[in-house]
Amino acid sequence: MGASPPRPNRSPGIRTHETLPQQEASLRDGPLPMTSSVLTATAETAWSDHLVVLPIVLPIAVAGVMLLLDERRRRLKSGLSLVTVLLLLGIALMLALRADAAAQVYRLGNWDAPYGIVLVADRLSAMMLVLASVLGLCALVFSFARWGRAGPRFHGLFLLLLMGVNGAFLTGDLFNLFVFFEVMLAASYGLVLHGSGETRIRAGLGYIAVNLVASLFFLVGVSLIYGTMGTLNMADLARRLAAPAAAEPALFEIGCAVLGIAFLIKCSAWPLGFWLPTTYAAASAPAAAILAILSKVGIYVVIRLSLLLFGSGLSAGFGQTWILAAGLATMAYGTIGILAARELTRAAGYAVMISSGTMLAVLGTGSAAALAGALYYLVGSTLAAGALFLLAEILQRGRAPGQAQQAVFADEYRDPFDDADAIEIGRTFPAAVALLGSGFLLCTLMLAGIPPLSGFVGKLAMFTGLATGPITAVAWWLIAALTLSSFGTLAPLVRLGIQNLWVPSVDPPPVLRTSEFLALSGLLAACLALALWGGPALAYADATVRWLAQPQDYVRAVLGAAQGGAGT
Amino acid sequence: MELVLSLGIGVFAASGIWLMLRPRTFQVALGISLLSYAVNLFIFAMGRLTVGAPPVLGAGAEVVSVDDPVPQALVLTALVIGFALTALFLVVLLAARGITGSDHVDGREPAQAEPQPGNPHP
Repeated sequence: MGASPPRPNRSPGIRTHETLPQQEASLRDGPLPMTSSVLTATAETAWSDHLVVLPIVLPIAVAGVMLLLDERRRRLKSGLSLVTVLLLLGIALMLALRADAAAQVYRLGNWDAPYGIVLVADRLSAMMLVLASVLGLCALVFSFARWGRAGPRFHGLFLLLLMGVNGAFLTGDLFNLFVFFEVMLAASYGLVLHGSGETRIRAGLGYIAVNLVASLFFLVGVSLIYGTMGTLNMADLARRLAAPAAAEPALFEIGCAVLGIAFLIKCSAWPLGFWLPTTYAAASAPAAAILAILSKVGIYVVIRLSLLLFGSGLSAGFGQTWILAAGLATMAYGTIGILAARELTRAAGYAVMISSGTMLAVLGTGSAAALAGALYYLVGSTLAAGALFLLAEILQRGRAPGQAQQAVFADEYRDPFDDADAIEIGRTFPAAVALLGSGFLLCTLMLAGIPPLSGFVGKLAMFTGLATGPITAVAWWLIAALTLSSFGTLAPLVRLGIQNLWVPSVDPPPVLRTSEFLALSGLLAACLALALWGGPALAYADATVRWLAQPQDYVRAVLGAAQGGAGT
Repeated sequence: MELVLSLGIGVFAASGIWLMLRPRTFQVALGISLLSYAVNLFIFAMGRLTVGAPPVLGAGAEVVSVDDPVPQALVLTALVIGFALTALFLVVLLAARGITGSDHVDGREPAQAEPQPGNPHP
């Protein structure tokens, strides 16, 4: 018989569940001896402590109600999901405010941390929750115009997707993360296929196959980690890694590497991300917009786990070079791809890839200041990519589907005098085209990182972060890659913008419905707000990175003060 | 027992990977199923192999050999999720077969893979 693995309930030094009530009682009676905010939060059990679990419970409950409602009660369904997503946004904002003060830990079933599953809302989680809610709200409002009716059970799937995404951001347990990943992916399979049609089904087939394999990688990684470390709680893992006598680091690192492959497939790092542009281009517009957050879930987990587990301790710096290399390669591939893209949706897909690559590469350099800028850039680029998907759908609506098969430079070989109509159209400039044009401009500025919007601020923050102190060769490479990817994004987006907005077409100007207008202007306003309140946003990102750089604080928050102290 | 289990995992995984790289969608579906069997066995093995050991101890039981219950719980969850997603994959596979008229993963037969100028979608 093989040796039994280290079990959490037998290893010494872990608080058992029975000791907890006494601790809580001591907290209630005396002055708080610990810096941990967790125990104070559980000691009081105010209603607001349950906020942490609401981003998961609320959407799944409403999604269940959606299944009971008939498809014809469209107004009711739309209203319900709108209210739900608005509530989610409010909850996410409240969580962000509270997380800025201290990380909150929610113990499901009140089981203590290494045994039960915990949800942790710290700054990074709360930031991602807000991002997901904003994007979700705008995508949902956009779908009210047309896409919500394109197939059955759109709202249920949409809410389930949000539940999976929120859960993945909140959970503090690796296997729970797998479950939320699967919920998110299962809903995304439905959303990719939403609207049906040959392109979607073909793209969906590949998407599902790739992600099923990624899930298997996830499982292998998780089980290897459990087999070597005997725990799946992230904080407990970090604590055990920090202990001097952790066993079998090699096998554990193999497990982490396999797990990392699953996340890198999800955030479409080169060479694992060829599925992304095809799938996102094929998906319906609101689905594609919300899918833009999915690749960021992969990024989130990579950031979370590398800083928590490999910031210091036994396997310090594990995989950093690989993440850097994958990030640089993804940026290069995404830039080449966006240069070659002939449809706006494909270009937006490659923009998502570039944004993922940027995040990975900056994480790989290990520079904390640059990572703060990158987090700020992540929010802006995700919002802009979502807006670009929505814009692309409006602009390409009603055009001949075979347009992409035309010669690449068809517009350049045209007789210039054929364009005389352009002046007429310019004079009777419809309001819809004006909004679309300015929206497109905003997206381009954001994604390419051109002043004065937040894309530029983010890139500048990354540059200054990389350039503080002696600049290493790696930092030079990354600065070059960031600059090149900016130009590489700018050129094709300008070309596509001219093609879609300036070149006079025989088609009537696109009709913009009210909800589409609202969704689009919501996303653009969020992009603008990010630039206008750039100072507080960057300060928040800075505080997030400072928090992430102190994994012992996270461990202390989840496991309690004594355990965190042992971990340092 | 270790040898049998590891051979089983290896054979499942090898056949699964081979089938997954085949051009027909049904082969891919079978390959993913086989691969997920291999992974499920692997998770199970990560709890170490024991014979006749209880996963849960009663009151006053003497601890001689205990089976780790956590991987078993993990396997159950993974099985359920894997089953559901394989079923979903089969539905999409059938839809793809119905719409494209081909069970090739690319949605068209390799002999006609080059689109003709007059017929972009053979």
